[in-house]
Amino acid sequence: MTAIVRRSGGNPTNAPDGGLCLALSDMGSSEATLSSAIRTETTFTVNGRRVQMELDPRESLLDVLRERLGLTGTKKGCDHGQCGACTVHLDGRRIVSCLTPAVQVNGQAVTTIEGVAAPDGTLHPLQEAFIDNDALQCGYCTPGQVMSGLACIAEGHAGDDDEIREYLSGNLCRCGAYAGILAAVRETARRTDSRVGEG
Amino acid sequence: MDFLRPVTWEQALAYKAERPEATPIQGGTDVMVEINLDKGRPAALLDLNPVAELTRWSTEGTEIRVGAGVTYTRLIAELGPLLPGLAQASRTVGSPQIRNRGTVAGNLGAASPAGDAHPPLLASGAIVEAESVRGTRMIPITEFYTGVKRNALRPDELIRAVRIPAAAGPQYFSKIGTRNAMVIAVCSFAVALHPGERRVGTGIGSAAPTPRRAPEAEEFVAAALDWEGRSPLDPGAARRFGELVAGAAAPIDDVRGRADYRLHSLAVMARRTLGWAWNDYTGRGPA
Repeated sequence: MTAIVRRSGGNPTNAPDGGLCLALSDMGSSEATLSSAIRTETTFTVNGRRVQMELDPRESLLDVLRERLGLTGTKKGCDHGQCGACTVHLDGRRIVSCLTPAVQVNGQAVTTIEGVAAPDGTLHPLQEAFIDNDALQCGYCTPGQVMSGLACIAEGHAGDDDEIREYLSGNLCRCGAYAGILAAVRETARRTDSRVGEG
Repeated sequence: MDFLRPVTWEQALAYKAERPEATPIQGGTDVMVEINLDKGRPAALLDLNPVAELTRWSTEGTEIRVGAGVTYTRLIAELGPLLPGLAQASRTVGSPQIRNRGTVAGNLGAASPAGDAHPPLLASGAIVEAESVRGTRMIPITEFYTGVKRNALRPDELIRAVRIPAAAGPQYFSKIGTRNAMVIAVCSFAVALHPGERRVGTGIGSAAPTPRRAPEAEEFVAAALDWEGRSPLDPGAARRFGELVAGAAAPIDDVRGRADYRLHSLAVMARRTLGWAWNDYTGRGPA
C-alpha cells in the first residue's frame, strides 16, 4: 500500500465567525502523495460547531480532535480503549474516541470536555464537584472522568456507590483519586436528582 | 485505505461482493485496536453503522433476531428478560464506553476465542444469519467458529443478524478476570437450561482454539437432573459436570493465565452456574 502521511498538516484555523474550519490548502506539497490514498469527506459537529474535513479513514476521532481541531482537552492515554482518558460523547452517549474512526462520526454530534462548561466559562456542577472533592492529582484522566461521570449520571447509573464504581470502571486514574471522583459524581447526581421537574 | 459507506443493506452486500477484502466495521472497538497498534492495515473498511436496519431486533416466533448493529448497551437494557445469558455476558464486556459501540456481530466477526458473547450463544444454540449477493445462509453457531480468530463466513458474506432462541429456562454466565471490569476473559462459561427438551446447553470461552460446547457434560447432566420432581442438585453430579466441562476444554498457557488454572476455574464456574440455574428452576415450582 502506498505510504500515506498520516498527519499531513491541515491544522485548524479560526474562521472569521469563530467557528472551526480546516484549511485544506495547508496540506500543500503532500497533496501528490495523498492523491493515491482515499480521503473521505466527513461532516460533524463538535461542541455545537460544524466541522467539515477530508480524512484518512485510519484517523481516530481522538487524533482529529487533538491534532487537527486543537481540542487537546481530550487525552490520549492508551490508544486502545482501556483507560477512558479519551472519553467524549457522540450523540449524547459516551464513547472512547481512540477506537472511533473519525470518518464514522459523519452527520453526528460530538461533545468534548471543552463543551461542558458554559460559554461564559462557568464550570458545570460536576466540574465544581471535582474541585470541591479533590478528585484529581495530576489531572490527566480528569477530562475523561468528567465526560464519563456526566454520562453515568444521565444514564441513571449513579444510584449508589457500587453502581457508580461499576459504571465508571472504564476510566482509570493512576494517581488513585477514585474516592474523590466517586464523591464528586455521587454529590452531583444527588443535586441533579433534587432538580428533577424543574426542566 | 478505502472507506466504504453504504447506506442500505443491499449497497453493503454489493460493496462486499466487489471488495471481499474489505473489513466490516461496526463500533470499531476491535478493528481500531489493530489499526492504532499497527498490527494490521485493512485494505478497506466497510462501515455498517449507517445501515439503519441493522440496529433493530425483533421477535420471530420463539426466536429473537438481533440485528448486527445492536450494541451491548441496548442488549443489556432491552433484552435481559428474553436473553438473560447473553445480557449477563454483555454486562461484562469492556466498559460502558465500549458497550455503547460494540456489538455481538462484531464479536462473531472477530471470532476471538475470548469473546464474551460466544459462550451464551453456544449454550442457547444461536444461528448466524450470513448474507451475500448470492443469498442467505443460516449457520449454526457450533459450525461458525473454525479456528483462532477464524469463522465460517465466506469472503463476500456479511453478518446481518444473530438468531437466538428466547430463554426457555434459567441461564447464567461466569467469567474469570483480573478485575471486575475491562478485562479479556481468562476463561468463561455459560449454561442454559432447556426444561422443555430436558436439555442443558453449555459454552466454554477462552479455553480452546475456538469457543466450544461441552457435549459430554451436557448429556451427563441432562440425564442426572430430576426435571420432573425438581429435587435439589446432587453435589456429586454438579462436581462431575464441572469435571466434564473442564475435560472438553483444551486451554494453553498464555499471558492471561495458565492452562491448569483455566481447567480448574472452568470446573468451578460450571458447577456454580449449574447450581444457580437449577436453584432458579426448582425454586419456580409448579404453578
